[in-house]
Amino acid sequence: MPNSKKFFNDLSSIVDETLDGLARASNGKLRLLDSHRAVIVSAMPDHKVGLLIGGGSGHEPLFAGYVGKNLADAAVAGNIFAAPTPDIIVEATQAIDKGAGVLYLYGNYAGDNMNFDIAAEMASEMNILIKTVRIWDDVASAALDHITDRRGIAGDLFVVKVAGGAAALLGSLDEVYRVASKARDNTRSIGVAAAAGTFPETGKPTFELPDDEMEIGMGLHGEPGVSRSKMMTADAVANDMVSRILSDLPFQAGDEVCVLVNDLGSTSSAELLIIYRRVDQILHQRGLKIHDTLIGSYCTSQEMAGFSISLLKLDDELRKYYDLPVDSLALVKG
Amino acid sequence: MGQVSLTIRQTRDALLVVAAGMIASEGILSEADRAIGDGDHGVGMARGFTAVEKKLAENEFSSLSELFITVGTALMMSIGGASGAIFGTLFREGARNLPANEFTSTALSIFLNDGLIAVQKRGKANPGDKTMLDALFPAAKSAAALIEYPLDVGLPQVVAAAEVGMEATKNMVASMGRAKTLGERSLGYPDPGAISMLLILRFLNEAAQAK
Repeated sequence: MPNSKKFFNDLSSIVDETLDGLARASNGKLRLLDSHRAVIVSAMPDHKVGLLIGGGSGHEPLFAGYVGKNLADAAVAGNIFAAPTPDIIVEATQAIDKGAGVLYLYGNYAGDNMNFDIAAEMASEMNILIKTVRIWDDVASAALDHITDRRGIAGDLFVVKVAGGAAALLGSLDEVYRVASKARDNTRSIGVAAAAGTFPETGKPTFELPDDEMEIGMGLHGEPGVSRSKMMTADAVANDMVSRILSDLPFQAGDEVCVLVNDLGSTSSAELLIIYRRVDQILHQRGLKIHDTLIGSYCTSQEMAGFSISLLKLDDELRKYYDLPVDSLALVKG
Repeated sequence: MGQVSLTIRQTRDALLVVAAGMIASEGILSEADRAIGDGDHGVGMARGFTAVEKKLAENEFSSLSELFITVGTALMMSIGGASGAIFGTLFREGARNLPANEFTSTALSIFLNDGLIAVQKRGKANPGDKTMLDALFPAAKSAAALIEYPLDVGLPQVVAAAEVGMEATKNMVASMGRAKTLGERSLGYPDPGAISMLLILRFLNEAAQAK
């Protein structure tokens, strides 16, 4: 049974109405395409490299929340937790191709990979230049030597922010691809789940987890993690998660990083701040320099309880693009 | 008596029978998907074959290729996720080398074997990974061995091969797609995509036998 304590209308219209609401909230800065499954910036300069992001719905404000100035030019939305169809991706590609080509940037999942690849082939047949960067920031989802099997989670945001800046300033698709790839390669994340969200159409929980347990590394759709245990304190779980991230890149003393503590849907701001407190302590102890901090709901899984921690290691080039001011529904920075 | 082959129009009518059957199977497909997935496979396939029904009703077809590409495109652009890409690819790429007018046992084999190659290339899965390939692969091999037989004689054996393949997925651990997340917990349940692959062939056979 659908969860009767959610404020939906027609359950089959959730995605369309979500995007419609977002476009309306943009005050004219975004518009919906005919499919109603893609939003694009209303104004885009000629010859700009287009940046297209997207994936399954249900992770709001990801992805459409990051369409805007110095961010993505378009976002495409599939059904809840399902990849978008190629026709929608092609529609958005055509809308943001200004002659310099389009970068596809999305999380590394089988359905997304196939549908974006099909769309890329179709767009190429229309003589639109396409490059693809898949985001695989979740260190819990596969070993480092199988990094291309890893999933994309909240670290998406860092890659989109850097790629958005690069697409705004660089005129060449190859250069934007190179910078976006570097941002992806410098991003690491891990999540922890304490309780499931629900599939909005069915009301069914996205996974089963006993009331007194948590799972470190669980994915955005209930994919298994690396460690299931009884609930731990904020400091203890932050210690575990940060150590898994730091050793993976690895991040080292002297590195300059951006930090994201992301709510997966229903974790309180107090919890996020207490977690961030510990993350900040550890990073300072390790001699890392924190360039920027984001704390809040950036990539969710409906009302899932839990959070993720992401780190982006900067260099001079990445910092330049990261620091551009941005203006979108879910991320505004001057 | 059945048929040695189907005309373009008869093939279209047979694909309409497949579409109606898949739409009517929404419940059992979603039930199967609830066991090892997010429970939306039936909804997706029903949405896809509803789009197929519409396209088949709207258009006239001058070749089998055009007919199958239309079916594949309708699936690919309406289902979404991995299912849409895979079943769309099966029909679109399986269509490329079909004979123009006559759907024969040879045409069935071309459809399934060309489709198989394209699906493997697109999805990177192999037989044994607990996917629709576990029904498609034996069906394609069976069809290739039966091209000398009339369509209505060969097709039931192709369906039987797909059924054996689908049943075998119950003993496989998912290693692709969303069900991968269950690992060993996927044991004992058939793959919903393999069930869909079997049903498509079963409804196609029912239509061919009724001609």
